[in-house]
Amino acid sequence: MSDVNIKITDRKGKLHNVLAPIDMAMNVMEVIRSYELSPEGTIGICGGMAMCASCQCYITSNHELPIMSDEEEAMLSEAFNVTENSRLGCQISITKNLEGLEVTIAPEE
Amino acid sequence: MIKTDIIIIGAGPIGLFTVFEAGLLKLKCHLIDALPQPGGQCSEIYPKKPIYDIPAYPEILAGELINKLLEQCKQFEPGFTLGERAEEIDKDADGIFTVTTNKGTIHRAPVVVIAGGLGSFEPRKPQLENISSYEEKGIEYIIKDPEIYRNKKIIIAGGGDSALDWSIFLANINADVTLVHRRNEFRGALDSVEKVRDLKNQNRINIITPAEIVKLNGKEKLESVVISKDDVENELKVDHFIPLFGLSPKLGPITNWGLEIEKNAIKVDTYDYQTNIPGVFAIGDINTYPGKLKLILCGFHEATLMCQSAYKIINPGKKNVLKYTTVTGIDGFDGTRKEAPKSVVQAINK
Repeated sequence: MSDVNIKITDRKGKLHNVLAPIDMAMNVMEVIRSYELSPEGTIGICGGMAMCASCQCYITSNHELPIMSDEEEAMLSEAFNVTENSRLGCQISITKNLEGLEVTIAPEE
Repeated sequence: MIKTDIIIIGAGPIGLFTVFEAGLLKLKCHLIDALPQPGGQCSEIYPKKPIYDIPAYPEILAGELINKLLEQCKQFEPGFTLGERAEEIDKDADGIFTVTTNKGTIHRAPVVVIAGGLGSFEPRKPQLENISSYEEKGIEYIIKDPEIYRNKKIIIAGGGDSALDWSIFLANINADVTLVHRRNEFRGALDSVEKVRDLKNQNRINIITPAEIVKLNGKEKLESVVISKDDVENELKVDHFIPLFGLSPKLGPITNWGLEIEKNAIKVDTYDYQTNIPGVFAIGDINTYPGKLKLILCGFHEATLMCQSAYKIINPGKKNVLKYTTVTGIDGFDGTRKEAPKSVVQAINK
C-alpha cells in the first residue's frame, strides 16, 4: 500500500476524502494542488519553501507531525489567521504515519 | 521618457535572459521592477537556496544565478527602472506602447514583455476593519522617510527582522516606539533581538506580547489603536501604526490591462507566448498554457521564442535567420566582441 487517506476541508468548508501517495515525495500542499482543492495561484505560491503562508492549514487530528523548522515558525509568526494547530502544508511530507490525517485549509490572505 | 525596443516588466531570471536573447537580435531592452534590485524572487526570497535544475549547473545558488545572468546580458546594456511598479499600459495609434509606473516614469516601446513571476511584491496587510481608510493617514506599510516619525508615538506590529530593525532605528531618533507581536518570541538576527532587549531594559521601547492590534480608531486620520492581550483590550493613542508582516506577491495592476487571465496567470499562445493583446507577451511563471510548468528553465525557452516574434514586430518585413553564437560570436552594444579564438594553423615548408 503506497497511499494514505487524508481528509481535507477546503476554503468553502467542503470535505474531501483523498488518497495521497507516500512514494512521490509529496507534501500536504502538493496533495491539495494535485486534487485542485484550491485554485492555482491561491496555494503554494512560493513553491513550497515556507516563504509564503498561502498553504497554511489547521491540523484537526492528533497525528504526530514533523517538527517545525525555523523557517516555518518564522513564517507562521508573521502570517494571519494563525492558531495553535496552524502548519504550513508544504512542510508536512506525506508518510504512512499520516493515515487518517485531517486538515482544514486556512482562509486566503 | 525612456524609449527602447522591448519593455520588460519584471527583472527576474527570465526578464534578464530576455535581454540577452533580444540583444542577439540587436534589440534593446529596458526592465521595470517593483523591487529595488534585479533578480526577482531569486534575490528577494531565496538568494542562498541552491537550484539543481538549471541545465549545465549541477547546483547553483539562486543569487549566483542572477549574478551570472546579469553578467551574461551586461554587454547588451539593459536599462532599469527599479523600485517602481508598472501601473498602466496604453497603445498609441502608431502602435507604440506606453508603460507608466506608480511613480510616473514613462516608458515607450513597440513590444512589451511581462515576465512578472508571481506578480509584484507588496506588503502584507493585517485584516482590520477600515484599514485602507487610514493608509497614508497614520498607517504605513513601508517606511519611506523615517524623519516623519521623530518624537512621535509609533506602534510597530510584527515579529521579524524588519519589525525589529525599524523599532531600533526609530527608538534611536526619539520616536516613542511600542512593538506589538502575536508571540512572545521574536525571530530576527541575534544582534537585532539583543539590541531591542537592551532598549526595552532602558525603557526606550515598549514591548507588548503576546498581543494583537484588533481595532483602529480615528476621524480624519488614525488616532488610536486597540490592542488585545490575554483577551483584555486596551486603547492606545498613536500618531502612526506600522504593520511589518513581510511581502507577498500580487498580480496587481496588470489584472486591469485587458489581458486574458486564467488560474491567476496570463493566458498565452505557445507559438510565441503572445497574450490576447498583440505586441504584449507574457513569459515565465506569470503565464499559463496547456502543459505549463513553472520552471526557470522553461522560462528561458519561452524568452527565446518570444524574441523572434518581437523582432518581426520591430523590424517588419526584414529577414532574419537563426545564428549560432559559436559561429558568429556576440557583438555587444557596448562595443565589445566575443568570439571563439581562431585556431592557429601553420604550414611547415620543407
